[in-house]
Amino acid sequence: MKINVKINGKEKALEIAPDDYLSEVLRREGHLGVKKGCDTGSCGVCTIHVDDTAVLSCGMLAAKADGKTVTTIEGVQEKAERIRYELGKRGVDQCGYCAPGTIMSILYLEKVVKDPTEEEINRYMKGNYCRCSGYVGQLEAVKSYLEGQKHEVCE
Amino acid sequence: MKYVNDSIKKIDSEALLKGKGVYTDDLAPRDALWIKVVRSPHASAKISNIDDRLTRKVPGVEMVLTYKDLQRIPFTRAGQCYPELSPYDKFILDEYVRHVGDDVAIIVAENQKSAEMGAKRLKVSYEILDPVLDYRKAEGHATLVHPEEDNFIPVDFVGYDRKKNLACDIGFEVGEIKEALKESEVVIQKTYESQAQAQAMMETQRAYSYEDEYGRLVVVSSTQIPFHVRRTLARALDMPMSKIRVIKPRIGGGFGSKQSIHAEFYPALITKLTGKPSKIVYSRKDVFTGTTSRHKMQFDITLGATKEGKILGIEMNALSDTGAYGEHANTTVGAAGKKVLTLYNKVKACSFKGKAVYTNNLPGGALRGFGVTQGTFALESAVNELAEVLKIDPVKLREMNMINKGETTPIYNIITKGAGPEPIYMDSCELEACVEKGKELFGWENRKNQIEKEKSSLRKKGKARGTGMAIAQQGSGLPNIDMAGATIKLNDDGFFTLLVGATDIGTGSDTILSQIAAETLDVSTDKINIHASDTDVSPFDSGAYASSTTYTSGNAVIEACKKMNALIKEYGSKVLEEKIEDISFQRGNIQSTSGKEISLEEFSNKITYSMLHQQLTATGSFVPKKAAPPYMAGFAEVEVDLDTGKVEVLDFVGVVDCGTAINPVLAQVQTEGGIVQGLGMALFEEVKVSSTGKLKSNSFMEYKIPTRKDICRIQVKLIEGHDETGPYGAKSIGEVVINTVPPAIVEAIYQAVGVRIRTLPATPEKVWHGMDANKG
Repeated sequence: MKINVKINGKEKALEIAPDDYLSEVLRREGHLGVKKGCDTGSCGVCTIHVDDTAVLSCGMLAAKADGKTVTTIEGVQEKAERIRYELGKRGVDQCGYCAPGTIMSILYLEKVVKDPTEEEINRYMKGNYCRCSGYVGQLEAVKSYLEGQKHEVCE
Repeated sequence: MKYVNDSIKKIDSEALLKGKGVYTDDLAPRDALWIKVVRSPHASAKISNIDDRLTRKVPGVEMVLTYKDLQRIPFTRAGQCYPELSPYDKFILDEYVRHVGDDVAIIVAENQKSAEMGAKRLKVSYEILDPVLDYRKAEGHATLVHPEEDNFIPVDFVGYDRKKNLACDIGFEVGEIKEALKESEVVIQKTYESQAQAQAMMETQRAYSYEDEYGRLVVVSSTQIPFHVRRTLARALDMPMSKIRVIKPRIGGGFGSKQSIHAEFYPALITKLTGKPSKIVYSRKDVFTGTTSRHKMQFDITLGATKEGKILGIEMNALSDTGAYGEHANTTVGAAGKKVLTLYNKVKACSFKGKAVYTNNLPGGALRGFGVTQGTFALESAVNELAEVLKIDPVKLREMNMINKGETTPIYNIITKGAGPEPIYMDSCELEACVEKGKELFGWENRKNQIEKEKSSLRKKGKARGTGMAIAQQGSGLPNIDMAGATIKLNDDGFFTLLVGATDIGTGSDTILSQIAAETLDVSTDKINIHASDTDVSPFDSGAYASSTTYTSGNAVIEACKKMNALIKEYGSKVLEEKIEDISFQRGNIQSTSGKEISLEEFSNKITYSMLHQQLTATGSFVPKKAAPPYMAGFAEVEVDLDTGKVEVLDFVGVVDCGTAINPVLAQVQTEGGIVQGLGMALFEEVKVSSTGKLKSNSFMEYKIPTRKDICRIQVKLIEGHDETGPYGAKSIGEVVINTVPPAIVEAIYQAVGVRIRTLPATPEKVWHGMDANKG
């Protein structure tokens, strides 16, 4: 079957199978920042945005993306520059496998929750597993990023 | 120190955070054949028939392989130096299956869906056998997990006895343990059990393979041990090692899961047979059912002490469930004694016995801490119980009995391969400082008083709080066993290529080794291009395990760079036409005492293009000569819900002695990550098996790892230490950081509600039942 989907700003007509998951299709299309870590929608490494909502792409059928706007880590490189800086300087990228999904969740959190508390950050991002960092530095990074964004907006 | 002890950003950070395609599956050829392994639904069975007619009818299926199609060669999947201390008890495929999830058949297809459909349609008939599931009853059981005659172990000193289901039977004794216990005024005897824990790295096992332009087999794998993969593949596939090349790209976490060889066999085999590129990507279920987890271990511990609190004797008997295969069985159970009893060097006697038994459970394997975590849980829990009996503060009991700087224990001579009778002193041990600092940061005394004060008000809220602590050590590489090599090459234009076999699995070791090279060569880190690892190009390195990379590989890098410095001076003297002893090389400049000077850029261009015409390359090798253990003290405060038994860790303070931290921020993150992994082990992580050997926890739905909501306030402090044998004084950090967490937390639970958790994890059910029993 055919779907029309806008991926990172580009309109694409894709030939897919009805049982293809979006994560597989995106990887096939070269968006290798979309990772896969489990088969049960538990780990969050495949997180992307569909019509500006954070979505686990391993659990969404590609067919459902027809007519929608999809954003992967490749589509937010500029936007995520400061997030990369905050994570990188704290060394909490570690193996990096969860990083793209985590960054997509941070961007979503920023969009939907104004001035989130630590509790809210942890709740919103609890579905993004990280086995390396122990989350402590990642929380600091998110807080520092959001704090910095405030000043950016004011300026 | 200019470039070490500096928290520079990981050199691969940008690529990882941008989501670049740098991991194994990102790099696999698009036309690679997909491989799916059919796994056993039974814990113990003999395959009586395999009917593949329906599978072969699935469009896209190219090949079905069963044990009948393969040459029968036993090997071990354990990634260890040769000769391995693990039995050669595994075949790529066998007519017996020994655990739920054991390999039955290999399906090869054009794409993933066909491979999976083909696997579903394979009809396998089994003769179901009685499984051995209780590891306490495995030794001498009527059912042999390995009835086959052709399995063997390449060494003769680990007490391997297939006919008794014994993967190993080892031990050591210092002094006369019976005498020491007899002399003791207080003796406690307790049994502890630590559970099977899953590594749960985010990137599952995966590998792809292709034939290169010279007809050689190239295997790209998410592995911690490329050189062991090459050697073991050569054996299992009956190929010359020279025909195999193993490459490791970026790795999405390991924690020991990739210190065994799992996924690599299949694509290597399929490419060997077909000449076509092929790949396998383990599903999470494949990981849970078809790979390894932390060995479940039971410990019987007897502690003897004087009334004043001097520990006189420790007897530790361990039983480990190695499951269906004996990979890492001997080394993990051995480490549970060797790197744990060393904490208490003032005893008159101590003894350790360790057995690992075969069962039809999921195989045990390597996981951060590697037996030491299990042993530390048991011994440190026992020491906390002893403190209770003696009415001595647990910190004080440690301070009276633990190893201090400059001291030794005969155990070091027993455990160090090739050691003579000379005492081996722990000159870099900062355990005392760790405990002291931890006590201060945690506010050990005050906090106890505070909890006591708030006790009744908390109780009204249905809560109780308590505190606990523990100490631990680990190793830094394996003395006289695990070696590392490093090669440094000077390029024209004055930059270096650093070739190492060390495998960065996300820890940042590429960054750390570059910092060490920069320090030794006195050039900035951006002049070092590291390349790791590729068995064709990289010098040998045993791999990322045993907390060895910073220490062992780091020392090899220093060795290579020192030789490079000498070469630069030698050729610098020729270029500057001065005597070699008058030449110095500093800050990227070659200078003579007479004032002549040439920059490294100009020098390297000259010797490449216009004079001398020399390629400067130097190689260094290193094997640890003695133990250089890192130490840690961990302090926990927990809050227990009195209605549900649920434990929440409120605070954890970890103070670590890793010698010089080459990159303090990365060392800190290692510690935080280890503490959280330990928290999961303490409270809820458990590989659960049904009464028929079926895995109940085969996905992240059933196997919970800590999320952002489960963590507590974590404070980490790195003590300033220095080990003279370490690179710029560094010791390891990767594993020690998990060890104190479970015993400190269970002690805190006891202090809160009077419930002793001697079997991990401390689930709400166990705590609740304990509280209920206490009510009488």
